[in-house]
Amino acid sequence: MTLEILAVDDSRTMRDMIRLALLPAGFTVHTADDGIHGIDVLEGITPDAIITDINMPRMDGFGFIDAVRIQDKHRTTPILVLTTEAAPDLKNRAREAGATGWIVKPFDPKKLVKALQMVAG
Amino acid sequence: MNTSNDPMAEIRVSFFIECEELLEALQAGLQTIENGDDDAETINVIFRAVHSIKGGAGAFGLEGLVRFAHRFETILDEVRSGRMQIECETLKLFFQAADHLSDLVRANRDANPMPDMATHKILSQLDTLMGDLNGDKPDVEPEIEFQPMGISLDIDVDEMSQTESLEVTDLSSLPDLIDLTSNQHNIPPTLPMYSIHFAPFAELFETGNEPFLLLQGLRDLGKATMSCDFSKTPNLKALAPEVPYMSWEVQLETDVDQAEIISIFEFVEGLCILSIQCDGILSDDTHVASEPARPQEATSVLENLDVAPQSADTKALISSLKPISKPTPAPSQPIRVDLDRIERLVNLVGELVINQAMLSQSLEQSGLSPHSDAMNGLEEFQRLTRDIQDSVMMIRAQPVRSLFQRMSRIVREASNSVEKDVRLHTEGEATEVDKTVIERLADPLTHMIRNAVDHGLEPTEIRIAAGKPAQGRIKLTAAHRSGRVIIEVADDGAGIDRPKAFEIAVSKGLISADAQLSDVEIDNLLFLPGFSTASVVSDLSGRGVGMDVVRTAIQALGGRIAITSVTGVGTTFSISLPLTLAVLDGMVIDIAGETLVLPLNLVIETLTLSQNDVEMVHPGQCIVQVRGKFVPLFDLGMELGYRPQVTCYEDVVVLLIVHDDGSQVALIIDNIVDQRQVVIKGLDESFYRAPGIAAATILGDGQIALILDPSDIITHAMRHPVMVQTPMETGIPA
Amino acid sequence: MSSVDIPTTIELLTFQLFDQEYALDIMFVREIRGWTCATPLPHAPHYMKGVINLRGTVLPVMDLGERLGMEPRKHGDRNVIIVVKHGKTMTGLLVDAVSDIIALTPEDLQPPPDMTISGSANVVSSLSLIDARMIRVLDLDATITLPKYVAA
Repeated sequence: MTLEILAVDDSRTMRDMIRLALLPAGFTVHTADDGIHGIDVLEGITPDAIITDINMPRMDGFGFIDAVRIQDKHRTTPILVLTTEAAPDLKNRAREAGATGWIVKPFDPKKLVKALQMVAG
Repeated sequence: MNTSNDPMAEIRVSFFIECEELLEALQAGLQTIENGDDDAETINVIFRAVHSIKGGAGAFGLEGLVRFAHRFETILDEVRSGRMQIECETLKLFFQAADHLSDLVRANRDANPMPDMATHKILSQLDTLMGDLNGDKPDVEPEIEFQPMGISLDIDVDEMSQTESLEVTDLSSLPDLIDLTSNQHNIPPTLPMYSIHFAPFAELFETGNEPFLLLQGLRDLGKATMSCDFSKTPNLKALAPEVPYMSWEVQLETDVDQAEIISIFEFVEGLCILSIQCDGILSDDTHVASEPARPQEATSVLENLDVAPQSADTKALISSLKPISKPTPAPSQPIRVDLDRIERLVNLVGELVINQAMLSQSLEQSGLSPHSDAMNGLEEFQRLTRDIQDSVMMIRAQPVRSLFQRMSRIVREASNSVEKDVRLHTEGEATEVDKTVIERLADPLTHMIRNAVDHGLEPTEIRIAAGKPAQGRIKLTAAHRSGRVIIEVADDGAGIDRPKAFEIAVSKGLISADAQLSDVEIDNLLFLPGFSTASVVSDLSGRGVGMDVVRTAIQALGGRIAITSVTGVGTTFSISLPLTLAVLDGMVIDIAGETLVLPLNLVIETLTLSQNDVEMVHPGQCIVQVRGKFVPLFDLGMELGYRPQVTCYEDVVVLLIVHDDGSQVALIIDNIVDQRQVVIKGLDESFYRAPGIAAATILGDGQIALILDPSDIITHAMRHPVMVQTPMETGIPA
Repeated sequence: MSSVDIPTTIELLTFQLFDQEYALDIMFVREIRGWTCATPLPHAPHYMKGVINLRGTVLPVMDLGERLGMEPRKHGDRNVIIVVKHGKTMTGLLVDAVSDIIALTPEDLQPPPDMTISGSANVVSSLSLIDARMIRVLDLDATITLPKYVAA
């Protein structure tokens, strides 16, 4: 089952890690550096799922999820939040913004793949 | 670079590169606060830098780094949230923590032992700071596991029903689920049987979750029989598309434990009613949606984000979102390129430039009309070549910021160890210089900064006595000036103690006691090997490295270093460097039939002499009068050994050259051929190092022309009577 | 000479200097090219002829004859430059003419008699007789490394 994924993270290392975790599973991975960039990328693609960081410059993860959810074509796109933040308050905010799931860094590549398959089919 | 096929290893390498960038951002942020130029975003940038280092470090299991970054981040979060104010001492500690973070990053990168003592010290200081704030020690280790979200939220069903996104046709696919049976085979019939009741809320769809996939996930666990309860579904007219009317009952026969079944519903916890019964026993009731809605939170988020109406298109939405951070220019998308590839490109462009010069030369010699298409095309070709060359050089250019940040750390450490209060001011951090130049500048600059702290600035009591501010000031500036980079290190110390410097030079046997030296000449004694002004060797600059080493390093970069000092006001070292090590604006000259290149930036002017202009001071030493100033005259042809000394000075061409210390010399040449940019080719000096020759280049005709280093020639020629010759020109590398 | 029992063959490039035959292990030889006018380096030892353009790199060239203590001569079209790679550095050796490539076994080589001749000290590592011609096999290392006393 190959999925098209957009990964939004301001850390190059994280983007690389995500790519490394997902490519062996046969996923197509697009990346963006922050929320604004992510929205730009979404103009051109309709991914099966989105992974996003929370703490990012210009537009953070909450703003990004919100902006994605408001677009009809991405209204039901699964969005996994991937961040080091474990505070419940932040999780709630992400869910309120419309995040599908939550994964705390550092992530287990297998779990990430499984979670994506779980939410995106 | 050690990039094996292991992708993890590659990412690790790139992680440490990214860390350097983040540390740079961290330093810059702290600096901004120190300068009082900070705004709300500054602390966010600082926080994010530490946060991202922590995130990456976690991925590589660099525990020590994670722990430290986490604690640092925690306290930065206090500042970010406005619970803590940054005061002078706090900032100092943050600088220390940032320095230490970079130590930890490097220790991890280079697999060096971790500086645990220092970590402990700084952590306890951070703890004290936190303790002052709220009296307890928040030390939450980062969680490594999946974190399911636990709280649901009430969505106004009426409002939701107005939107039409979930197509009614979607419902048609749902009955399929009823017949879903396991595709797993060979399940023994004795397995435990679970009864699962699952009823999604609207929010489950809102967050992009999909019941079908969850049920599919269940199916994959074992043998499943599913039934869908449509009983609550109204007729089609009354149907609100986004209100879930259905629920499912699943009979699952599986050998997996209950936790695994629950884990399927991890993300939808609180977004549905879920009950799981095993063998007829209701085993888990806690997953039933228990937390009531908290609409007020939703409101606050909505206010915060200023959400546009749903009908708005994306672009309008983005502009209406209150930016989380202050608008910054869109980051250009960097790509990482192996340095070798750039090197190759630089070399190829070098070849192109040479080739272009060769082509120009042969076309010009072919007698074509300057208005012919070929000549016009050639002009365009030259312009393009030049542009390509500039662009390629730009790839290698980097701002000096990272270098300057390293220096600010040097100042902090150096001033601590000699107990002086010193503030570093930097200017022109954005000035771009070739990467190699930056790298090779680090050591000499470090030494100069240490020197300035140690020797340049007076002890605090003396400063106060002299009516100066107690805090010493070192200014580090970078600027582009006429195609070169000028880097200055200026202190506001006492200036060079010239009588003392003279005395030291005499005592070290560097000059004779009766030497008559100007102030400038005395200042330049500092660059002599074996000279050190510190009467007591402190643990800072007394490391056996003198300014002579600094000068050698700068010269090796094609640069010059000069010193100016005003008693009581301070000392300034000024370094002038080429922008790149690959090309040079040169003056092509002819001496005894040999074509040579002089760096154009050293040439002040060209003169034609008459016999009367030249005076002999003593045998072998002539001077020439240029606008009332006496300038020493050297015959380049003779100095290079290409021909005997010129005897008649009538109509002889001389170049007026500026020397390291700002003094001038005149060089006799035979002819000026051209001025052009040349590609610098290194000379292999492993067998023989020619004095006065810096490098070589390839001319249009394919011949090699040597690039001269006039200072070296003059030093060589002068064999200054008062200065001891360095044992450099033995022809044998050390 | 060799302590290895397996008779390995050594390929040598032979060339002429003043009607004498010399040889170099072909492993060091990168290419052979005709003489082009070298740009002289100031104050260089007399046998350093200067530098030439070898497809974009600056190649130092030494007159092997002069290096070995022979008379300096005029160079012409008949002279060739043997480009050798020694460690990381490339050097051009100016010789009279290239003769042949020959394959020898270590048994064909004998150590030179121990006589130190000024200027050419120890540059000949072994001798061989092929068809009654004496071939002097050069020690490249000793040949192109300048003696310490040669200073500008």
